[in-house]
Amino acid sequence: MRKGQNDMRTLFSSPPRLTAALALAAAIGVVGCNKGDTGGGAPASSGAATPGANTKKQSIQNIGSDTMVNLAQAWAEDYGKVVPGVSVEVSGGGSGVGIAALINGTAEIANSSRQIEPEEAEKAKKATGKDPKEFLVGYDGLAIYVHKDNPLNEIAVEDLSDIYREGGKIDTWTQVGVAKIPGAQNDKIIRVSRQNNSGTYHYFREVVVGKKADYKQGSLDMNGSKDVVELVSKTPGAIGFSGLGYATPAVKIVKVAKKKGEPAILPSNATVLDKTYPIARPLFMYTPGEPSENAKKFLDWILSDAGQKVVDKSGYVPLPKK
Amino acid sequence: MTQTTVQLSPPPSAEGGAELVLSTRAKRRFAEIAAERAIEVLIYACGVSAILFVFGIFFFVFREGAPYVFGGDFKLGEFLFSTEWYPTSLGNPRYGVLSLIVGTFSVTALATFIAVPFGLGSAVFVSEFSGNKGRETLKIVIELLAAIPSVVWGFIGISVMNPVIQDVFHAPVGLNVLNGAVLLALMSVPIMVSIGEDALKAVPDSYREAALAMGATRWQMVYRVLIPAAKNGLLAAVLLGVGRAVGETMAVLMATGHAINIPHSVFDPVRTLTATIAAELGEASAGSPHYRVLFIIGILLFTITFIVNLTADLAIRGVRKR
Repeated sequence: MRKGQNDMRTLFSSPPRLTAALALAAAIGVVGCNKGDTGGGAPASSGAATPGANTKKQSIQNIGSDTMVNLAQAWAEDYGKVVPGVSVEVSGGGSGVGIAALINGTAEIANSSRQIEPEEAEKAKKATGKDPKEFLVGYDGLAIYVHKDNPLNEIAVEDLSDIYREGGKIDTWTQVGVAKIPGAQNDKIIRVSRQNNSGTYHYFREVVVGKKADYKQGSLDMNGSKDVVELVSKTPGAIGFSGLGYATPAVKIVKVAKKKGEPAILPSNATVLDKTYPIARPLFMYTPGEPSENAKKFLDWILSDAGQKVVDKSGYVPLPKK
Repeated sequence: MTQTTVQLSPPPSAEGGAELVLSTRAKRRFAEIAAERAIEVLIYACGVSAILFVFGIFFFVFREGAPYVFGGDFKLGEFLFSTEWYPTSLGNPRYGVLSLIVGTFSVTALATFIAVPFGLGSAVFVSEFSGNKGRETLKIVIELLAAIPSVVWGFIGISVMNPVIQDVFHAPVGLNVLNGAVLLALMSVPIMVSIGEDALKAVPDSYREAALAMGATRWQMVYRVLIPAAKNGLLAAVLLGVGRAVGETMAVLMATGHAINIPHSVFDPVRTLTATIAAELGEASAGSPHYRVLFIIGILLFTITFIVNLTADLAIRGVRKR
């Protein structure tokens, strides 16, 4: 019996250690990768771009922005129908991940919901020897979401800033003129935000919270655009910001005014394009230098009418017709 | 003639066969010895590798974190006692993890509080009260509970527990300390049951017989004799459950709301140390202070789980000595 006990002990004491070890091993994996990358790691997908490999199915590695991942997937699917020989492999992770992949050569096309920063472009040039090339592929309106039972109809950017900014004065719904939300347990505004390295987080900080400001602590920081809408739809007292394309019937999109007293605008294709809606941003794709033949065809198709129709269908805002 | 040769030929061939058998036997013996040696070496390497891995992991985590610790910018006091976690602030990055430490401990403490009665209770039931068939069934089901991946637990937290907590407790947000703690409790119960049951089984039957002979009821026997006799093993069971809870990442990332917040009640959302690493390491650029600080959090977690596991080991050693 004693012996059995000892065996069981070693058997069952291992899971916590094993988990810790695995978590750390994963962390080290990340380190290892990054180390390799900064050393100018070999472009993993170069094989796909080499001409003459026509016999097997070719693939384009498309990595980046979480905001754009739905859109990129829709593009990839439709493009697969148009050009069956080429498959576009889309993965998310965030604009930062996409640009990092551009720098270390693992992405043929990087998606980014913000413009590449000069230092990043510099790094990419150093690593690949070529200037990254920018393609404007559409626009995204960042919608302000509240629960569908919330009577709030419009809000000014200053108020949003006061809700989200460190030191901002607005903490309750009464302060923005909402007396009672059916189903909410108290008056407190539950702020839903994004994790602090997402492109959406940076963009919202720059445009709404304040250029040099920081977010108020205590917001629920979600790891994806969809999670924000999901949580707001289940929490009556919540407010959140996320891509326009993630709207569902369970949430309500609030009109936003640039300043108090100015008319509040509902985000839509027209208001995003004519820049009357204040929280909208361009969506970019980047290639390391001139795109490969396959990538170029794909990008041309994205910019064509067929590609832009997909933008509209996915809930984003297509480029204005020329 | 042909017949005689046929008759004559068998003896020499038989002799040759015998020689062949002898030589193969010798060869096989040599091969067996070699194989045995090889296996011995392999097993030895496996045993040593565990130690190598632990030190290797510690070395790598420390190496990534250390440059910032000794770089001059790092203030241990601010790191441990400031609640301001602004790693990606543009003007004023701050790295205080007090809220995260408090978050981890609040969720773990509540989880332990919930899990201990259930875990030890069912350990007592499985070891002392259930019949053979019931015991086997229970053990299998409890092992199944341990086999559920943590991301599935997190999903249950978001989609099942979230609305339940809002409805039952009228909490403004369903993703909070309570949600995470219930999940962690469910995850650590199987460990407590397995190790707790073994600890109770290790109490010699003569103790039970003596107690019953003295006229004790079964409950009195458990309460007055078995639990005091097995208390070190039960303590170890609880501590290993706690170790599991401290290190758990995915479920708490999804279920606690991921808000940097010192909780005032169990219905406040919090963020844990592990969830912070998981959410932010992927996009922190390698070598930046943010990246290094995340590794310092890793060292902190390593230290916490090390202390918990060491205490559990010492507690079990206490059992063995007696």
